[in-house]
Amino acid sequence: MNENKVSSNRNNQIKIKVCMIKKPLLLESRNITKSFGSFIANDQINFDIFEGEIHGLLGENGAGKSTFVKMVYGLLEPSEGAFFWNSKKISIKGPQEARNIGIGMVFQHFTLFPTLTVIENIQLALSEKISSPELRETIIKKSAEFGITVDPDIYVRDLSVGEQQRVEVLRCLLQNPKLLIMDEPTSVLTPQESEQLFRVLKKLSKTGCSILFISHKLREVKELTQRATILRRGCVIDTVASSEVSTEQLAKMMVGSDPQNVKPKSVVNSDDYLVRISGLNRPADNPFAAPLEDISLSVKAGQIIGVAGIAGNGQSELMEALTGEWRSTATVDVFNAFGTDIRNYSAHERRQLGIGFLPEERHGHSAVTNMKLTENTLLTHHNNPVIQKFAIVQNETLENLTDEIVHNFDVRTPFQNPLASSLSGGNLQKFVVGREIIKKPRVFFVAQPTWGVDIGATKFIRNALIDLANNGCGIIVISQDLEELFELSDEICVLFRGKLSESMPLKELDSEKIGMLMGGEFSPHFQRGQ
Amino acid sequence: MFYLVPRNEIPLSFRITIPIISVVLTIICGFFIFSVLGYEPDKALYHFFISPLSRVDKIADLFVKACPLMIIGTGLVLCFRANIWNIGAEGQLIMGAIFAGALALYFPNTQSIWLLPFMAILAFLGGAFWALIPALLKIKLRTNEILVTLMLTYVASLFLDWLVRGPWRSPTSFGFPLTAYYPDVGLISKIYFPGIGYISQLHWGVIMAILICLFCWFTMEKTIFGFQFKLIGDSPKALRFSGFNESNTTLSIFIISGGLAGLAGMIEVSANIGQLQPNISFGYGFTAIIVAFLARLNPAAVIISALLIALIEVGGDSAQIALAIPKVVTGVFKGILLFFLLAGETLTKYEIKYNFNLQSKTND
Repeated sequence: MNENKVSSNRNNQIKIKVCMIKKPLLLESRNITKSFGSFIANDQINFDIFEGEIHGLLGENGAGKSTFVKMVYGLLEPSEGAFFWNSKKISIKGPQEARNIGIGMVFQHFTLFPTLTVIENIQLALSEKISSPELRETIIKKSAEFGITVDPDIYVRDLSVGEQQRVEVLRCLLQNPKLLIMDEPTSVLTPQESEQLFRVLKKLSKTGCSILFISHKLREVKELTQRATILRRGCVIDTVASSEVSTEQLAKMMVGSDPQNVKPKSVVNSDDYLVRISGLNRPADNPFAAPLEDISLSVKAGQIIGVAGIAGNGQSELMEALTGEWRSTATVDVFNAFGTDIRNYSAHERRQLGIGFLPEERHGHSAVTNMKLTENTLLTHHNNPVIQKFAIVQNETLENLTDEIVHNFDVRTPFQNPLASSLSGGNLQKFVVGREIIKKPRVFFVAQPTWGVDIGATKFIRNALIDLANNGCGIIVISQDLEELFELSDEICVLFRGKLSESMPLKELDSEKIGMLMGGEFSPHFQRGQ
Repeated sequence: MFYLVPRNEIPLSFRITIPIISVVLTIICGFFIFSVLGYEPDKALYHFFISPLSRVDKIADLFVKACPLMIIGTGLVLCFRANIWNIGAEGQLIMGAIFAGALALYFPNTQSIWLLPFMAILAFLGGAFWALIPALLKIKLRTNEILVTLMLTYVASLFLDWLVRGPWRSPTSFGFPLTAYYPDVGLISKIYFPGIGYISQLHWGVIMAILICLFCWFTMEKTIFGFQFKLIGDSPKALRFSGFNESNTTLSIFIISGGLAGLAGMIEVSANIGQLQPNISFGYGFTAIIVAFLARLNPAAVIISALLIALIEVGGDSAQIALAIPKVVTGVFKGILLFFLLAGETLTKYEIKYNFNLQSKTND
């Protein structure tokens, strides 16, 4: 088995080398630099892509991947340097011009109209007008060619995320691009859907179309691409043949040092549940919300439960139910914390009991960006008798507490007590996590603790969560980042279309199994839906 | 493209010089306008700026004029900070005056010193009641408070009109739409300065107004309630996350601002008029909106901005009387002053930058 893999890898290598010799260059960037004020997002990027090549662009959050492709697609203008297209110097003035010369892009966030059909969506994006029957024929032809099965007359709102992405790809294909840019396409897909996408992309590259595949997931880049360029802090670290390097080597190049591991989590040796939830139902209150159905979730002291799932399957609804921002005694059977029925407790009352929580959105939910850090501390500490006496805020103690959070959680601030908006995402997240942890909660509910946060802060936050659990706090982490859940959790369950699977111990799970669950394999919906 | 970038730090020198520059520019502009229109500009400007400040009793009149503006304005500051657009303070003022007036007219012969405090309480309740209607509609049915508060102003105004022409008209008013005079204990007395006596119309309501402004400032800046008000304005989601009740917060803001407007109505009537009549307010409820913004939504600064607006109003009247300058011209001049003040304010907070890169209009 292993030997087979090795030999097939060798074959691939040979093939790649042949390609590299034969195929001409399609796009080349020479010394591309982009600076925003004093911040250099891209520094002297040298990069090239052959015709028909699948090229990976690998890097951490904030490494400068998006900035670079935005320049390729004409959304940003380079400060210095130039692009060469078929060895001719070009300057791309805007997305329309990029499309005209043959560059297509599929964004991380979709740009489809849910209330229109597939064909109408595609029609809207085309520069020349094509009649519907003619377009339908083209769509069917194209989709058959690449194995993208999609019904042209279905409404986009009825499509799964994976299917919507296929429509986006299809829409690009109709313009016959020579270069297709995919920005983090798998971040919204299950592992199985990703496989499907990869098959399409491979077929596409065989027809001579080049693909620039942006990701921070090493395995994917290794599996799909022929070469990969690694970016770190705006600089190109190296361009490598993907099959010749190990994922460990890639990781090292991406992060800059040996990826520092997260602390070990100690074994849970408690049997009493801190929080017990069962029969939690929540009807959808708008057409875009996912209704929650019959959710059961419990957490013991010292335990970390991970809730996996793709965005939009009810994560924010579940989080609101956990925090008490949404609450109901009518549709929830049991919601106990430390033996108290807290179904009808407000966020405030839950906090009083020693429950901490942290929603996903930093801007305007867990923090208010145009308020100072002290006021952001007040947000969840206002009931502390040291902070508030007879409704009067004790500014000195509040400042001391804020300083303590800033100090203990390594929050880098430009000056004392700045507005929250002047902190970087990672620092603000460290601040809000610290603000909750410093209260020593007995139970902590947290959503996407490291979303859009740089690698250093990510490790810091994960370690802080593990410390908290090792000290006996029960934690529920809702996250779309599987790597995060595998690092943190004792048990993982999966949310799919508002239903939650049973939680399973980490050792019984691998990413394939989770992927099946994320696609709804456990849920009765799945049977009906397919 | 020109665009405004918030300044990180506002130097103290800016805070001092920019308002002065604004006033100087206003004077230059006014000089020009008055000359073109054929009035003697130096005299016109004298009547606008110097005359109202030339004597102690005239300054006292400014305070009297500013009194209702302070009380309403400080309530509106709380509203606007909370992103609640109550622009019907005029109606709440009238309702407060009606409630207080009902008590005063019901006990025409009372000698009790309790009448005035109870009138104040009723006035607060009246104004709060009138603000509660849009508040409940906003919370329950998500109606727009701008429309509802504005429309209720006309309802209140016509209700007062009906009362003073109909059931409450005094039999001794010779057919004029006026109620009977309030009993003496229902009137707010002027301040007696030992050794000096009364200074023009300066009454105790003015002291109360200043205290209310300071109290609101304290509430806003130092208490958890003020934090809630700011929070609901900045981010209702964060307010819920923080564990406060959004509806209650909204309700209390409406009640406070409506109640304060009602109180202002009662003080205006009890201190200056002594009876109800069809017009008891000269648009104080609307002018207070400008006062609130001019004070940069700071409840204490309302004291200054109310005095400034009062100065313009009194100065306009004075220029009108002394030089026969038409009301519209004084209106234009007031507009110019406000324009320069607000422009100066904007330039204090933001700096203008010019972007040479026209590509910044990204499609992303």
